[in-house]
Amino acid sequence: MSDNPAFDRIKSETSESDVVLFMKGTPMFPQCGFSAAVVGALTQMQVKFKGINVLEDAEIREGIKDFSNWPTIPQLYVKGEFVGGCDIVKEMYETGELQKMFDDKSIEYAA
Amino acid sequence: MRVATAIKEKLERALSPDRLDIIDESHKHAGHAGARPGGESHFHVEIVSPAFEGLSQVERQRMVYAALADEMKGDIHALSLKTLSPGEG
Repeated sequence: MSDNPAFDRIKSETSESDVVLFMKGTPMFPQCGFSAAVVGALTQMQVKFKGINVLEDAEIREGIKDFSNWPTIPQLYVKGEFVGGCDIVKEMYETGELQKMFDDKSIEYAA
Repeated sequence: MRVATAIKEKLERALSPDRLDIIDESHKHAGHAGARPGGESHFHVEIVSPAFEGLSQVERQRMVYAALADEMKGDIHALSLKTLSPGEG
């Protein structure tokens, strides 16, 4: 498992930034509706996050699926922990769970 | 219906759902990367299963993805999921 060279890079990305979104495209120009939906929720909340464009990085694009045991993009990480994909993040945003998680993890956002 | 049928059979076998709705949303994505002329690339699946009891959404969706591992690698370009336990459905 750990002989996958992408894993070290993913680990350092997800530990260097509190909120990391592995996505297709960039936060300014998402190239997939599902990635755009998660960017939309995070942007609404004015959370500072790092977007990683998997379309520009084949190693990460494949590696993240094994790393998270999750076969689809986007994927949201908060403080190094996998939170979920588009459906989960959207639902958490709508029910207030995402806000609660950011509170619990001391991550700033605009209510 | 080939992909939808495979999804149905595999989820029924893996999760014995109380309710399983498979909606082909490929037409909404026509012309977009990953869409195929014959459709059957983008699906929305709602599934109510006792197997989800007590599990987080991440764990539930992982079970669905695991059951559909072959399709996720090939036919399915996008799959949106709603995974409920019987009490929630």
